[in-house]
Amino acid sequence: METVKQEVGVEAVEQQVLALNGDEAVALAVKQSDVDVVAAYPITPQTIIVERFSEYVANGEVNTEFVCTESEHSALTACLTASATGVRTFTASASAGLALMHEILYVTSGCRAPVVMAIANRALSAPINIHCDHSDSMAERDSGWIQIYVENSQEAYDSIIQAFRIAENTDLLLPVMVCLDAFFLSHTLENVNVLPDETVRKFVGERHVPLVRGHNGKDVPFKLDPDNPITMGPLDLYDYYFEHKRQQEEAMRKAPRIIKQIHDEYAHTSGRKYGDGLIETYQLEDAEIATVCCGSAAGTAKAVVDKLRAQRIKAGLLRLRTFRPLPVGEIMRALENVKAIAVMDRSNSFGGYGGPIFHEIRHTLYGARNRPHVVNYIYGLGGRDMPQNTIQGIYSDLQKILETKQVGNEVKFAGVRE
Amino acid sequence: MWKFTAKEIVEKPELFTSGHRACAGCGPAIALRQIMKATRGPTIVTNATGCMEVVSTIYPYTAWKLPWIHTAFENAAANASGIEAALKVMRRKGKLKEPVDVIALAGDGGTFDIGIQALSGAAERGHDFLYVLYDNEAYMNTGIQRSGGTPYGASTTTSPAGTVIPGKSQFKKPIADIMVAHDIPYVATASIAYWQDMLKKARMGLEVEGPAFLHALAPCPRGWRYDTSKTIELARLAVETCIFPLWEAIDGEYTLSPQSRIPALKPERKKPVAEYLKMQRRFQHLFRPPFEHMINDIQRTVDKRWNRLLKKCNMDG
Repeated sequence: METVKQEVGVEAVEQQVLALNGDEAVALAVKQSDVDVVAAYPITPQTIIVERFSEYVANGEVNTEFVCTESEHSALTACLTASATGVRTFTASASAGLALMHEILYVTSGCRAPVVMAIANRALSAPINIHCDHSDSMAERDSGWIQIYVENSQEAYDSIIQAFRIAENTDLLLPVMVCLDAFFLSHTLENVNVLPDETVRKFVGERHVPLVRGHNGKDVPFKLDPDNPITMGPLDLYDYYFEHKRQQEEAMRKAPRIIKQIHDEYAHTSGRKYGDGLIETYQLEDAEIATVCCGSAAGTAKAVVDKLRAQRIKAGLLRLRTFRPLPVGEIMRALENVKAIAVMDRSNSFGGYGGPIFHEIRHTLYGARNRPHVVNYIYGLGGRDMPQNTIQGIYSDLQKILETKQVGNEVKFAGVRE
Repeated sequence: MWKFTAKEIVEKPELFTSGHRACAGCGPAIALRQIMKATRGPTIVTNATGCMEVVSTIYPYTAWKLPWIHTAFENAAANASGIEAALKVMRRKGKLKEPVDVIALAGDGGTFDIGIQALSGAAERGHDFLYVLYDNEAYMNTGIQRSGGTPYGASTTTSPAGTVIPGKSQFKKPIADIMVAHDIPYVATASIAYWQDMLKKARMGLEVEGPAFLHALAPCPRGWRYDTSKTIELARLAVETCIFPLWEAIDGEYTLSPQSRIPALKPERKKPVAEYLKMQRRFQHLFRPPFEHMINDIQRTVDKRWNRLLKKCNMDG
């Protein structure tokens, strides 16, 4: 988090500082965003979100219809159809729960239902493990959802509020996942600056449904409306399906501009910004070596960069906040002058050549004028800690690459017993 | 109790319209047409993946004059849960003037098998909606595969009548009784052969507060292998043989419906199952050695289930 009061030129509103863990910060953001329907199913480490929200419902602090479904599959389905009925919806999941939603993730984005979901990133079974890695959401990167990975609880809170505006933007109508690291964020208390209820409500606003061409050639609201009946989710074969999927991609291409715009508007209100909303650069301007990562590991990496900079080593960091859509131009501009880059993946693509972030970053940099060396480190699977000395080791490897011009093995594992 | 005349029903606009692509003699299409005649005001319909979803909506066409949504196969009841939750909150916030009914439609595969979890969950949570199971007794949309709703002995493409195994080896799951056991306000069975009964029950399902379940038998000429003109005749014979008795359970209290009271009061009017089975080529192997004994197995099970139902309806003498 950067405090940007001066930069954005406003005196941000008075905010309360609360001690919240990541899950509680998410629940509070959902409460303040005046969500109409929350449908969810418990799974560690997302459970606190649902528990806190249940308390808000039980105490009459929200006017939300809360549906405790019998599975994640039904939870997302209920959000999807409630959203199609025209209201604001939220759910949360992790790991196996997200995997169970897999089918409906595609249906949600295909139906252009702007559902917002928090993911407490957790490893996938087997062996069963409740701790952090990104295997769950990375496995859903092609599902047509916007994916935002946050670094801390403050950003989880801020991003959920922004997510409703992004998802419901009538040029997009794309569902959004806000991903926070299991336990490192979901269960760890932090000081979180909280906006007043009224400020959030005003920022998020009412959901507006766009008009679409109806069955009788008349423009009607894009929702299940008995006054203006439309058919949603029809059978769609080779003569139209492709065009509909192409439209989804078009919405994704419009998303970076809107994500940035909403991020900046929020910065104006809150005094907080996260890079440009898509990527956050840290000491990257003159960096010769850099790491790229997403999630809470960025916090640790920043501390390492500070140490290296104190030793006059030109180290930097790129944190990918928005992974879908991939901010290709921003990544390219941020990294094109770096000489050696280590991409850190908290998930593995079994049998592939490196992890999913590595694929994207290296692919993006293929066209760079001075193509840098790009290597990959798979780290932190199943909640394995990523301490500063491990990250320091990665920067040392990058220095060696610079000195020797020898890359060696491009895909490595960090912090594992071999 | 809703009263209507045939004239009123004829004059009521079709909400599930002609032009859909169902096969000739399609039972489920008849069931949908009948049920849509029972709506009482603004209504949203959701459909599981299956024959009716496919035949009614090939983009850019639609047979629906109601707001309608399909999302997936196993989640018709979850679709309804989300719609109902949205309507509830909209009413509470003053964004919706009149109440809106919700109908979920699913076939036997989407109900007996893959959709039972979502259905059970929605029933337990008590959402206010009518769930219609249009039962054509197999996965017809994918090419006649057996489901938990397929009857014993029926030949399907995944329970073919072979020389060793004569069709499906298991009896039909008593799905409507399972729904009664959820202690929901209304459960009924209906057959497309008796349209007034179907309409009354569909309306009753919409009128009760909370979940209602309507099990509608809807023969399929392609899957059951009979002439397309015989759909209604078979739907009637299923009731007359007591293979598919008609009843309703209001707050768990079973009552036999008029058409099934006939064999209950006059057992001699109860037709043998063979009359029903012989009209369908899915059962033709049962009429040849060495599997003829299976007709008796079917008769015994039908009798057992019928007698159990009579007890529940306090009509066991």
